[in-house]
Amino acid sequence: MIEVSNISKSFSDKKVLHEINMLFEKGKTNMIIGASGTGKSVLLKCIVGLIKPDNGDVSYDNREFTRADKELQTEIRREMGMLFQGGALFDSQTVEQNVMFPLDVLTKQSPEEKLERVNFCLERVGLENVNKKMPSEISGGMKKRVGIARAIVTRPNYLFCDEPNSGLDPQTAIKIDNLIKDITDEYNITTVVVSHDMNSVLEIGDKVNFMHEGHVLWSGTKDEIGDSDVKELNQFVFAGRLMKVVKDKI
Amino acid sequence: MKSLGKFIIFIGQLFVRREAFATYVTRVVDESIKVGFNSVFIVAIVSAFIGAVTTVQTAYNLVSPLIPDSTIAWVVRDMTLLELAPTITAIVYAGKVGSNIAGELGTMRITEQIDALEVMGINATSYLVFPKILASVLMFPVLVILSAFISIYSGYLTSLATGVISGTDYLIGIQIEFIPFTVVFAMIKAIVYGFLVAAISAYQGFFTRGGALEVGQSSTSAVTNSCIAVLAADFLLAYLLAPLLTA
Repeated sequence: MIEVSNISKSFSDKKVLHEINMLFEKGKTNMIIGASGTGKSVLLKCIVGLIKPDNGDVSYDNREFTRADKELQTEIRREMGMLFQGGALFDSQTVEQNVMFPLDVLTKQSPEEKLERVNFCLERVGLENVNKKMPSEISGGMKKRVGIARAIVTRPNYLFCDEPNSGLDPQTAIKIDNLIKDITDEYNITTVVVSHDMNSVLEIGDKVNFMHEGHVLWSGTKDEIGDSDVKELNQFVFAGRLMKVVKDKI
Repeated sequence: MKSLGKFIIFIGQLFVRREAFATYVTRVVDESIKVGFNSVFIVAIVSAFIGAVTTVQTAYNLVSPLIPDSTIAWVVRDMTLLELAPTITAIVYAGKVGSNIAGELGTMRITEQIDALEVMGINATSYLVFPKILASVLMFPVLVILSAFISIYSGYLTSLATGVISGTDYLIGIQIEFIPFTVVFAMIKAIVYGFLVAAISAYQGFFTRGGALEVGQSSTSAVTNSCIAVLAADFLLAYLLAPLLTA
């Protein structure tokens, strides 16, 4: 469980996060949604500690993270896995080396054990026979899968995904979404997904938090979105023509 | 002053929350090949021409029946060891290795690779930058030794080829009043320059913000700032250590 309490963040004189409170439950796919520029990615970076918030705190299973000493922060971070928007694979390493990297640096496993785990994770995300390929030789969807494999290789307790299906075709996007959902259920981990894709929300969102201009305007399950009377959420959800058709039919 | 403070904190980060020793051994070897071995060709070319030009120009400026020809080689030797081999090589090194370090780290920053390391609980400064600086401090003196050797030998070949002085005079000249501290002085300069180029370039790259344009700007700043730092350090070291040459 991850608890976000009163997080605020400003850049120069622009306040991008206003006293954010959220609760991300274990074993669920928790989503942060909203239009571009609403502070979703900044919030995610505050949660994982890449940006220090001006106020507030984040706690991981009742362990305070934001103001903790470096040792505890490192300990908690080693329980995290993160999928970045662009994959963030290391260009100079092969797919196998990328996935093995956290094991190389953070564990003392034997080469055989590490290779076995890497192959298991690559197989788990549906990738085979790509071990020796460089990141530049694989597609965007495959990069995301490698990113997921690298994120889960150390058996994390918390999985973070920043725009996991941006830049992907709808079919591949659904596959990635389902993979995230399956991994969350399978390993019973706390997953936080930042997205602006409504398909993703309806596909995998167990708990949804809607952000608008640095505020959390709505929280609930994906099934409750349709009943919401928050104007900004309705405008966001039914912005696309397809969703309008769906709404009219409802 | 703010940048200087940030730079000092950045350097301090190299020594905290380090990973296992074995991790650094591999990284330092890899970086040494990148910054050292891969720079041999350009350093050799530049040094060869510096030696040749210094020999020819000194010969044309010391035309006097009162000055023995061997003095030319003496001047070439001391100029090479004290100034040209460490400092000119450092300028070339800043252009090649400095821009490479800044470009690599800048690209890693904008593609979130550095963020990925941080999220894994790895001290990215220590993991990425420390091996680069250590490799540079270890390899740059080797490049300076190579540069000095090639430069002085090139001067000898030039004297044979052009006849500005005889080969015998050159060989006598490079042995006149040799002060071993000259080599120590050159090595001190090399270690300081190796550190400055790698640390400044890494700092520029590590804090890159934006996109491809900013990565290019970081590389340019890395080279410019490294060159200025090398020249300032050159003056400071000359002021502090030159008196020891005559002590």
